[in-house]
Amino acid sequence: MTPVELLTRLFPSGHEVVAGPFNTLAGRAILTDGAAVEVVGVTDGAPLSPEIATELAGRIIRIVQDGKKTPIVLLIDTASQRMTRRDEMLGLNEYLAHLAKVVTLAGLSGHRTVAVLYGAAAAGAFIATALAAQTLITIDGAHPSVMDLPSIARVTKLPLQLLEKKAETTPIFAPGVTPLAATGAVLENWSEADNFSNRLETALTLEASSDTRDTLGEERGGRKVAYSVALRVAAEFEKAAR
Amino acid sequence: MIPEEIVRSPSWYESSARNRIAGVLDADTFHEILGPAERVMSPHLELFDLPPAFDDGVIVGRGQLDGKPVAIIAQEGQFMGGTFAEVSGAKIVGLLRAVTAAAGTPDGVSAVLLLLDTGGVRLQEANAGELAVSETVRALLGVRAAGIPVVALVGGRAGAFGGGGIVTACCSHVVISEQGRISVTGPEVIETNKGAEEFDSRDRALVWRVTGGRSRVLLGGADSYVKGDVASFRAAAARSRNAAPPFTLETMAAEQERLEKRLSSYGDCRDTPEIWARAGLADPASVPDIDDDAFLALLSEREIKHDAR
Repeated sequence: MTPVELLTRLFPSGHEVVAGPFNTLAGRAILTDGAAVEVVGVTDGAPLSPEIATELAGRIIRIVQDGKKTPIVLLIDTASQRMTRRDEMLGLNEYLAHLAKVVTLAGLSGHRTVAVLYGAAAAGAFIATALAAQTLITIDGAHPSVMDLPSIARVTKLPLQLLEKKAETTPIFAPGVTPLAATGAVLENWSEADNFSNRLETALTLEASSDTRDTLGEERGGRKVAYSVALRVAAEFEKAAR
Repeated sequence: MIPEEIVRSPSWYESSARNRIAGVLDADTFHEILGPAERVMSPHLELFDLPPAFDDGVIVGRGQLDGKPVAIIAQEGQFMGGTFAEVSGAKIVGLLRAVTAAAGTPDGVSAVLLLLDTGGVRLQEANAGELAVSETVRALLGVRAAGIPVVALVGGRAGAFGGGGIVTACCSHVVISEQGRISVTGPEVIETNKGAEEFDSRDRALVWRVTGGRSRVLLGGADSYVKGDVASFRAAAARSRNAAPPFTLETMAAEQERLEKRLSSYGDCRDTPEIWARAGLADPASVPDIDDDAFLALLSEREIKHDAR
């Protein structure tokens, strides 16, 4: 789905979202009830560079500085973080972290943050963008991943065919919406037939002040122990203080 | 002759995660949570015929530093590369959430010490590991938002790579030694994807110039540079918890400015000595070769401290 189609379907009442530098987009949009939201995004599967990260983060900082607590919708079609010696030398980890921090700060400052993944997102770029929002929604055709299976095969030194076979029995490592949703990363997936603007407006009303992705992963059976381990640690922490 | 401080205190790089904790905290104050006796292990490694560890390579708990309570997290880089995975990640996330919940109560701590030693996400548990990194980022920022500094200590064999590099830069203050490395995509992965012309991962000097502790601290990617012994890391952790920037809009606006300035100042450089020359260092080529005392003297002349993290 192109960003133009996506914007039309998300905001039938109108929007002023325009393309910015480095495959970004930004602008205001109107919900069907007349309320405003701020949209920022990345397009065309662009690898996440320091330039894109500062462009998006700068925009979000100005939105928070505005003080109106306007909801922020992130439209994401990136790739992995850009893989160059130059970007690593310049401290790409800080640029990705800065973007994740700014998106998180917006959430903590009273802005409802919802990411709509309509293309790709992988590895560190996935963490810095789509996963940094309070809520992640995927659209049919989205392809989130940590790493593709051939690369996992190379790093783990396991045959690709074996990995493909194991991926049928567990959602724990395979790329794609279904396994990631099972582990709790994705709140909901919208199909082509859905009314995107209705669904977005419903998602924006959800309470999202705490991170419940591990409980979701437990309920869905894709991440069975994370939540209970985190709870046990928290309970023991209290006891250890005494 | 072996320098005196190395005789006094063991090497951080050579130490296990448990020994680093013992060396950082006041003697006999460490209280481990979900320790090896509880046998909380990865449920996924069996699928790959890999042996699990009783602590899944992460040690968490409470203790004291100079008499004040702290929470501490240490990754063991020698087990599965210190990776973020379902169990190892949940231990980190659970501790961070508990620290936030206890903030301002008698159970509260003065700081969180995060001893990173990680290659990033455990690929055998890629989805759980990726989410663990994202949950760690959110929980860590929650701790900072509650007014409690999180101090990253980086100097282990596995460095702080992948999601570990992102988590490091989310902390309030980053302490690093010469052997510490911080990066997102590792040199081997860049070489595999883009070729040796882009990044020759076998060129050790180049890898260190790009990702190593001296380059990071000169560029502002780390805040305190220490000699590589455990006692120096302890001293830096104690110092830095009192001087950490709060997690606020002002701090993020300052970080935005800092990172934009770096891009415009050095965005066209090809190697770190080029950056250092442009930054006005008298002898940029010598930076990797001088000893720690000379490097610390060079740092103290340069005033590169910032409160924008």
